[in-house]
Amino acid sequence: MTRPLRKLTYWERWLPHPLLTLVLIALWLALSNEFSIAVLLVGVVLGMVIPIYTANFWPDRPTIRSPLRAIGLIAIVVFDVVVANIQVAYLILFRRADRLRTRWIAVPLDLTSPEGITVLMATITLTPGTVSSDLSADGRTLLVHCLDCGSEEAMVGQIKQRYERRIGRILP
Amino acid sequence: MSSFYEFLIAFHIVVGAFFIFVGSLGLLKLPNLMSRLHGPSKATTLGVGGCLIASMIHFAVLQERLSIQEILITFFLFITAPVTAHFIAKAYLHTAVDPEAELPPPRGSYGWSTYESATEARMVRRGPSPRPERNDREA
Repeated sequence: MTRPLRKLTYWERWLPHPLLTLVLIALWLALSNEFSIAVLLVGVVLGMVIPIYTANFWPDRPTIRSPLRAIGLIAIVVFDVVVANIQVAYLILFRRADRLRTRWIAVPLDLTSPEGITVLMATITLTPGTVSSDLSADGRTLLVHCLDCGSEEAMVGQIKQRYERRIGRILP
Repeated sequence: MSSFYEFLIAFHIVVGAFFIFVGSLGLLKLPNLMSRLHGPSKATTLGVGGCLIASMIHFAVLQERLSIQEILITFFLFITAPVTAHFIAKAYLHTAVDPEAELPPPRGSYGWSTYESATEARMVRRGPSPRPERNDREA
C-alpha cells in the first residue's frame, strides 16, 4: 500500500469520495424507506464516516467518463437478460442434457481497468447461458462457460460488440 | 380498476415463479457443476425480478406508498450473485478441470489466473532472484 507523501488537502481528508458519500446517503434513505430529517442526518454521518475509514481500500479510482451512457447499457442488459432467460428456459425444458453444446470460450479483452472488467464479468454472469469463470494472469483474456454455444466467434463477437464496447465508453 | 392491477401483480408473480421453477429444474437435470451453475442465474434475474416488480406494484397501487426497498434488493442481488458464481467456478476449476486439456489458451504468454499468478510466472521465466530471503522480508 503506497500512501501519498504530500499532505492531504482539507477536502481530501474529510470528504475523500463525494460520490460514495452521496450513494451511501441515498442507500440509507432507501433502506429506511421513509424520509425525515433524523434519517437524513444519520445518513449524512454514515456517508461521511464510511469513506474516511475505507479510504485505504481504494487508492486508485477510475474516472467515470460519461455516466449517462450507463442508462443505455442497463436498458440493453435488461432486454438481453429477459431474452436469454427465455432461451435458457427453452433449453432446460425441451433439450436433452447430452445434446447441449457446453463449452469454454476465451474472450480477448480491450478493457484495462479492474472496475470495467468487473462490470463486464458481472454482466456476462447475470445473462443466463453464460458464466464468466476466470481471468488470465495478465488480465487480458476472460474465460467464459457457455451452456449452449454453436460458434465461438459469434459468442465472442456478441459479448464484445454488445457489452464491452459500451462499458468501454464509460470505464476505461 | 383494482382488478386490473391485481391481474398485473398476479402475472408478474407467476412469471417469476415459473423462472425460479425452471432454474431449480436446471439444477436437477443438467449433468455437471458448470452447467448447473446456469440455473441460479435465471432464478436471481427474472425469477426474483418478477416477484419484486409484483411487490412494487402492490405497494404502489393497493397501499398507495412508494416502496424503494425492492430496487435495493435487486441492486444487492446483482452485485453479489456474479461474485458467488465466480467463486464456485474457481473452486471447480481448481478441483476438477485439467487446464491444459480442457480450457482454451488465453491470449498472450500468461496462463489463467486460477493456476498461475503473473508475478510467479515472471519469476520462473527470469529464474529466482539472487537474494530471496531479503526480498521476502521487504515484501
